[in-house]
Amino acid sequence: MEHSVREEADAVVAAFSGDVDLESSPRARELLLGLVRGGRKVLVDLSAVDYIDSSGVASLIEAFQAARRGGTGFALVAPNPAALRVLQLARLDRVFTIHATLGDAL
Amino acid sequence: MAETRAARPGGLLLQRRFPARPSELRSVREAVRREALAQGCAPDCAGDVVAAVDEACQNIIRHAYAGREGGEIVLELERAGEELLVSLRDFAPPVDPSRVRPRDLDDLRPGGLGTHLIRELMDGAGFAPPPPDGGNLFRMSKRIR
Repeated sequence: MEHSVREEADAVVAAFSGDVDLESSPRARELLLGLVRGGRKVLVDLSAVDYIDSSGVASLIEAFQAARRGGTGFALVAPNPAALRVLQLARLDRVFTIHATLGDAL
Repeated sequence: MAETRAARPGGLLLQRRFPARPSELRSVREAVRREALAQGCAPDCAGDVVAAVDEACQNIIRHAYAGREGGEIVLELERAGEELLVSLRDFAPPVDPSRVRPRDLDDLRPGGLGTHLIRELMDGAGFAPPPPDGGNLFRMSKRIR
């Protein structure tokens, strides 16, 4: 899993690529929690994520809950159909704010 | 890592023994995807089998072995009629199947999704009687679509 972080408008965009799985999700978790603590709205760009499993989703949940507690924004952007399926099966597609494109999110 | 692949259609498709470590799962996913597609699974169906195998292996790594090093998993993928059958064998202390429950999805917390996902992704899933020489045996099935 690779990641990049950049600032866009009032948000910080964390883009992941590759697989967010049991091996890599701890890194995703640390990164996202750190960004949420920074106080800005966090957008998680999933457009280049090939595979995400329950451990990856758990990282998203933790960061989302931290953002909610801190009163900051948190949204997912452009999950592919496989990622969206995992989110739907976990009934998280109605919990997370999910934008189809980064343009929609900003 | 020991792996054998079937040279004929049907029957045992894949047998792999590998360390119960997160770093092994990517390669396992690729092998399962390859075999599922070769058996005529549509990409979505193959993706479901791959995800279920991944989640079941995660459960073994995190719970059966409780993150301890040195454990192994034996994966077998076979075809029976129009179904793909998966079995996952570990060598950890016996798991109590009654304690393996999917969590209530209304309870939003990071953990506990794996078991729920497995049951949604596969047609059948559950523990088989444990092997006589110890460990646990988890089996899943999915009709090829």
